[in-house]
Amino acid sequence: MRIGVVTFPGSLDDRSALRAIELGGGTPVPLFHGSNDLKEVQAVILPGGFSYGDYLRCGAISRFSPIMESIILAAEHGFPVLGICNGFQILCESHLLPGALTRNADLHFICADQKVSVENTNTPWTNNYKKGQEIVIPIKNGEGSFQCSDETLKELEDEGRVVLRYVGKNPNGSRNAIAGISNKRGNVVGVMPHPEQAIEDLTGPSEDGLNFFTSILKEMVGR
Amino acid sequence: MAIIVVEVMLKPEILDPQGQAVASALPRLGFTFAKSVRQGKRFEIEVDGEPTEAQIAEVEKAAHTLLSNPVIENFLVRVEK
Repeated sequence: MRIGVVTFPGSLDDRSALRAIELGGGTPVPLFHGSNDLKEVQAVILPGGFSYGDYLRCGAISRFSPIMESIILAAEHGFPVLGICNGFQILCESHLLPGALTRNADLHFICADQKVSVENTNTPWTNNYKKGQEIVIPIKNGEGSFQCSDETLKELEDEGRVVLRYVGKNPNGSRNAIAGISNKRGNVVGVMPHPEQAIEDLTGPSEDGLNFFTSILKEMVGR
Repeated sequence: MAIIVVEVMLKPEILDPQGQAVASALPRLGFTFAKSVRQGKRFEIEVDGEPTEAQIAEVEKAAHTLLSNPVIENFLVRVEK
């Protein structure tokens, strides 16, 4: 099972994501923003970082890269895409996901181990979790406050498309404490916390993030 | 030569923590006039000669596509001489 990770200029967590895929049992495939070649991967991850220095708006410039043309087209046909942190911001800028990520309410860059609950397990990236399961994975961002219109918020809640929700104090002012969402079809998921940084005890606060990378394998085998 | 200015502001209903931080810094410096502050972005785009209507329409398209995120921001395009 080939899973791609896109490196944009300024990506930081691309290597961690590649490693998480390997630990999950998949075959990691590095992809490059400047090429529209998806190298026959069966799913793709947009990693965290500061692509294009977060200039203009986070993700705003990466969204127009050649690889994103291929990803947007594929995603509209059901291809699984996971955006983590900056990747989530890129997915919102691409309009593959609704809403936007804005400056944290207290203006701080937050780096912390965060408890979140997995609210939607019907996505290719979360099917190995139990609904309502509480997990601890790191957040590290300055623009993680999820904002959208009242109408969009209602739609996300009514359709069960909130994938992750912060537990305890809302760290950044996100509407309804939303930490991750999916598109209508469920194949595109964006999360602010970093599952790829919680895959083994040595380097993370837990192994709670690993299920993101085993879920996608289960999804593919089940097809 | 003229400058086409694009001003981008967060929509009124979107939380603007940067503007709030500025608003709370002002009174600390003795400036007591501000009821609230919103912070935005300004782009200055230089073009040759008088901008044509077609050019301005192009800039509006660019403002909608790249310079602003219509989900959270509004923009205004005007020509400055």
